[in-house]
Amino acid sequence: MSYIPNTDADRAAMLQAIGVKNIDELFRDVPEALRYPELKLPPPVSEMEVLRELREISEYNVDLEHAPCFLGAGAYRHFVPSVVGHVIGRSEFYTAYTPYQPEISQGTLQSIFEYQSMICALTGMDVANASHYDGATALAEAVLMAVSVSRGKRRKVVLSAGVHPEYRAVVHTYTQGMALTIVGEGADPLATEVLADMIDADTACVIVQNPNFLGYLEDPAALRALADVAHSKGALFVVSTDPISLGLFSSPADYGADIVCGEGQALGGGLNFGGPYLGFFACKQQYVHKMAGRIVGQTVDRHGQRGFVLTLSAREQHIRREKATSNICSNEALMALAAAVYLAAMGKTGLRKVAELCYHKAHYAAQRLSALPGYQLLSQKPFFKEFALRCPRPVDEINEYLLDEWGIIGGYDLGKDYAGLANTMLICVTEMNTKEEIDLLVEALAPDYFSRADEEGASDMEEAA
Amino acid sequence: MREPLIYEISSPGRVGVNLPECDVPVTPLPKEYLREDLPLPEVSEVDLVRHYVRLSQLNYAVDTGFYPLGSCTMKYNPKVNEEVAKLPGFVHTHPYQPPDTVQGNLFLMYQLQEFLKEISGFASVSLQPAAGAHGELTGVLMIRAYHESRGDHKRTRMLIPDSAHGTNPASTTMAGYETVKIPSDARGNVDLEELRAHCDDTVAGLMLTNPNTLGLFDEHVQEIARLIHECGGLLYGDGANLNAIMGIVKPAALGFDVMHFNLHKTFSTPHGGGGPGAGPVGANEVLAPFLPGPIVVKERVEEESDSDEEWEEEEMYYYHWQMPPSSIGRLKAFYGNFGVCIKAYTYIRMLGAAGLREASENAVLNANYLLSRLKGVYPLPYDRTCMHEFVLSGRLPDAPDVHTIDIAKRLMDFGFHPPTIYFPLIVPEALMIEPTETESKETLDAFADALIQIAQEAKTNPELLHSAPHLAPVARLDEVLAARQPVLQCLK
Repeated sequence: MSYIPNTDADRAAMLQAIGVKNIDELFRDVPEALRYPELKLPPPVSEMEVLRELREISEYNVDLEHAPCFLGAGAYRHFVPSVVGHVIGRSEFYTAYTPYQPEISQGTLQSIFEYQSMICALTGMDVANASHYDGATALAEAVLMAVSVSRGKRRKVVLSAGVHPEYRAVVHTYTQGMALTIVGEGADPLATEVLADMIDADTACVIVQNPNFLGYLEDPAALRALADVAHSKGALFVVSTDPISLGLFSSPADYGADIVCGEGQALGGGLNFGGPYLGFFACKQQYVHKMAGRIVGQTVDRHGQRGFVLTLSAREQHIRREKATSNICSNEALMALAAAVYLAAMGKTGLRKVAELCYHKAHYAAQRLSALPGYQLLSQKPFFKEFALRCPRPVDEINEYLLDEWGIIGGYDLGKDYAGLANTMLICVTEMNTKEEIDLLVEALAPDYFSRADEEGASDMEEAA
Repeated sequence: MREPLIYEISSPGRVGVNLPECDVPVTPLPKEYLREDLPLPEVSEVDLVRHYVRLSQLNYAVDTGFYPLGSCTMKYNPKVNEEVAKLPGFVHTHPYQPPDTVQGNLFLMYQLQEFLKEISGFASVSLQPAAGAHGELTGVLMIRAYHESRGDHKRTRMLIPDSAHGTNPASTTMAGYETVKIPSDARGNVDLEELRAHCDDTVAGLMLTNPNTLGLFDEHVQEIARLIHECGGLLYGDGANLNAIMGIVKPAALGFDVMHFNLHKTFSTPHGGGGPGAGPVGANEVLAPFLPGPIVVKERVEEESDSDEEWEEEEMYYYHWQMPPSSIGRLKAFYGNFGVCIKAYTYIRMLGAAGLREASENAVLNANYLLSRLKGVYPLPYDRTCMHEFVLSGRLPDAPDVHTIDIAKRLMDFGFHPPTIYFPLIVPEALMIEPTETESKETLDAFADALIQIAQEAKTNPELLHSAPHLAPVARLDEVLAARQPVLQCLK
């Protein structure tokens, strides 16, 4: 099935109109010796068969509707209201493209304008763009923008070790041709204040994540002090953040951010095995001409009626080519729409309530787990929906036990990214985790069971031997 | 037609969703960390739904009509693709789950890597890039890493034909290279003389779109590859126009070293109003070690059969992640736009080899048919057999005051989405038309009839074009005002 309406009769009439005998003649410019290679692909299947095949493939996964899950680390399970799927499932939205022709794209344009407004509401920034690919690429673009704001003169980036390790990796990938100096990643991820001493006159920006990768909230007063140091040296202060946390906690504008970006997947996007996600990006008014990406602005039509258009495009690749602020073209528009619908559905009180549920449940889990012998919290700092738990055994060992014996997907192994955090698990609890799930996790890790499982494991090995 | 803003239908106290009560003991909140105000709208679910449904109705989309946006391949998006991408076994999987709990996802990604390798002829594919431009940045960084790995530090220039997408030079700058523009010749090919003059040991590579943005297959593509390779450079392929050549020719066989695919164009995944797309990158043996990762690999495992006491060898594979040995690194968090990959996999499974070739053949047939109907009505700067798209000029000899923008806006009154306009830059007043294979002859004829009538109107009643559109949800919008007095959100 190739979704082609042309019949043989249509094709014959069209070939005649073109003035060729057959379709092959249309490909005369293709080197003859290379024409029509065999493609070794599996034989095609019908819609009925493909549905069965894909369902079977999907069933090889353990899906999180059927397993309590305590994984976060940048991809979060949050409740997605039914309206989100219904709106983004409107094919007037999802089968359109970039709104190059505004008069027949007002649906996309107005919804992006509203999205930009809501991102500004959350972050406290003046302007937001229409999206980046994800939180990591949004952060990498923030670095490029900060260097560009200094007209390329400042070549140093202070990057907190508390920023998601994969986001930091993407910053390195993006900037590998730019000869920048990136410092700060070797420091203690929980000691953000040490970054202040690294800021100098060559620093383009200082980047922190709040809540940081270990789940902890930075003290807004301490961040304000860091922002003041950055500003006193002429550097920008960049904050990567979890938008759900902004339902409850200080907006980055309150503590001096110039650029706020982050992963917007939590706003109405599913987990989807890591993509498509949503990079949101906002900044202060004075930097708007250096911002990457699509921006929608309000205007009027020739009758004076309000309407919306893509604007300030003199920043963009299709106009400025090699002098553009970024190469970004397609972004994650449909995920931005999902985020807008989510934020509108939650509204002022709903988003706060989601954040509170996460906070209370995560703290309940932390309090119960850290009461178990051998387990303790890494830090007493306040946290949001994730926390780092010191464990008596290697994290992968515990996770294997949790999955095999209890059907629980455990937390993230921080030892993979931080040398000092071996045997430390990053546990995420959201509004989706019930008290029963949390209690089950506690029960599973209680010495009664965990040590007994250990003994059984040992006896199995003896039998095998 | 004016739809109020979501903030204009907000009323204090309304909520659009109800949430469960807290089922655990509460913990005091750290007061000095809390925000004071959260200026989000407050709307009921019914108002929310009506707002967005009404907004959707102001959009033109592939599902509402013909969308011949050149270089964007706005083909029909099969509904089965949407169904499979929503399967709970895919949607509810976390990217950090242990690999043995996501073997289905890894299998699908592995298979898609293999399909794309087969279609393109490349040795290896990474699904990580999230869009075409993201794939371009990937490719240029790979070329850079290759030269650096050989200690060849003098290569600082990327050659880019003047017909290229704007993303090519923009990606080049991001990767730290200088852009050198190569002109096109009179037949719309890369000018070989100009190219030769620029080929030296400072050239990192050439970025070539083939078929190019004029919709023409470069008649010297193999010679271009030879010249670039001879001077030590590498050839990047912008795969935006792959829809013309699936099963017709493999880009790797033409001499490309690295290329991105646009799953949202060629492989029918929807464009989402501007994304999400996906821009996987394929590379030959030379560049494969530099691909971004991780990518999916498989290894054979021998399993004991449950049904038999004896050891039985069965073809069983375990799929897992691997970083290519000299990888440029990660291009995004996690692995790629997996949801988009599911749709592209499904499309390739349903078409098979013959179906993909048929798609390309009919895309090229449709474009040439439409061209045959419009040739002579609108100026055609490069009069050749086109591939999946073609470029006309909107500069009509008898209507000097009419511009391409007027023609485009007037097309809306006939119920069509305008083509890409004012691109490529080398054609004045360009109209870049890509019909795709999923349109019928009747649709193409209706579109040609409309453009022919508009050309008449341009002569007899140009005001009708200048004041167009007349039947769109809003009249022509003032883009200059939007840029001069930016209003970019509604809270300030």
